[in-house]
Amino acid sequence: MVTTVGNARGGGAQGGTVSDARAIAESVTDPELPMLTLSDLGVLRSVEVSADGGVTVTITPTYSGCPAMDAMRDDLRRSLHEAGYSTVDVRTVLQPAWSTDWITAAGRAKLSEHGIAPPGPARQRAAGPVPLTLQPLVRRVSCPVCGSPDTEELSEFSATACKALRRCRSCREPFEHVKEI
Amino acid sequence: MTTDHDSAYDSLADEHGGDARWAFGTGFDDPLSGVDTAVPDGVEPADLAAYSLMLADDALVMSQRLTQWCTNAPELEEEVALANIGLDLLGQARLLLARAGAADPTLPGRLAPDLPHEDALAYFRGPAEFRNVTLAEVDNGDFARSVARLLIFSTWRLALLDRLTSSRDAVLAAVAAKGVKEVTYHRDYAARWVVRLGDGTALSHERMSAGLNATWPYVEELFVSSDVEQRLAAADVGVDLAGLRAEFDDVIAQVLPPAGLVHPPPENTVDSAGRSGRHTEALVTLLAEMQGLARAHPEATW
Repeated sequence: MVTTVGNARGGGAQGGTVSDARAIAESVTDPELPMLTLSDLGVLRSVEVSADGGVTVTITPTYSGCPAMDAMRDDLRRSLHEAGYSTVDVRTVLQPAWSTDWITAAGRAKLSEHGIAPPGPARQRAAGPVPLTLQPLVRRVSCPVCGSPDTEELSEFSATACKALRRCRSCREPFEHVKEI
Repeated sequence: MTTDHDSAYDSLADEHGGDARWAFGTGFDDPLSGVDTAVPDGVEPADLAAYSLMLADDALVMSQRLTQWCTNAPELEEEVALANIGLDLLGQARLLLARAGAADPTLPGRLAPDLPHEDALAYFRGPAEFRNVTLAEVDNGDFARSVARLLIFSTWRLALLDRLTSSRDAVLAAVAAKGVKEVTYHRDYAARWVVRLGDGTALSHERMSAGLNATWPYVEELFVSSDVEQRLAAADVGVDLAGLRAEFDDVIAQVLPPAGLVHPPPENTVDSAGRSGRHTEALVTLLAEMQGLARAHPEATW
């Protein structure tokens, strides 16, 4: 998800290259899913360093109302300031809209390790109106605790905007699932 | 920020230097930070601002209604679901209020010139300055009535946002594209509850039917475009509301039969016009609760 544009030498008095700045931005974590970096989550869209050493980071929101976005902006600014970049601009890009398909393979593995089932592929939409789904979607989600494929959905909404609540029918543990969007 | 914390809340205790954040989710930045908010050719900035405000107010007022279920919902799962839906709509409202303020910087509440657009517009306008449809403001009633309202609202808004994705205004198009994904979940949630209650016990059926009939009078208003909406639809920036009716009717027709519910009679309607600022008393009390803190302490930061 990360593209790098700009002067690779960059830095100057602020002492950082674009790859340094990118590495720092990539390592900032999501406040709600702290096992994931912004890079894992797929919200970090670009990191640029201008000739005078200013850094511009572009991120995209997950959900419109995700309160973590403001925290991410603050954390990006602080991490880059601490690394010596005095001028940091965090910009937002809304289009194209974020999808759970952008969560990296490494991000999915970390979610599983921490007991959160990663998302399956996002629903692909045919032409015409958005279809109504009266029956809960059949999702193949394995239990992140015992690995059983026999799990059921309790609610498509959970403790954060991005997650659904499920339960394992084998070990009976409830668990969260990053729902497809 | 440390990278090894186990809990989202550990970071609250960190020193945050000069950055204004002492509690998670506060100290909001402009949600359109860095987004190009130029007004498309051939559109009056005041019209674009007024239109953005309509779509924002629908979401803001509906969000406030949904959050009133917190601590009151029949089950914890439903409380979480309704709060999440409210949060999605609040996010849409923030983006749209910011879009309104960027299109016409003279718009925000005259009482609060120093606040960000979204705060000034949300907290320092009176009821007659709100442009939400009446459906969004009416009282929650019982759970059945609330899910009937949510079904109607999200069916209408999904049809609207889906068309708005091709708006010539890039900001509205982008907000709509995100919103479509979110409201798809909201509509499914509401439709499933309408079916479950309508097709449940005699009591749940009776209350679901009553909830639907109590909400239906506000449906006609959803398909009547104001002058601003007509102008923006003609300019390929907004959406013609009359054009949403067929999709709306089709979705409702998929829900009512499995719910065992009879379609409310078409004459079950009232003369309402929230888009022109004519509101019910319900909005007055809703805004008093929503705006009270900000108005009592306009200097406060949190």
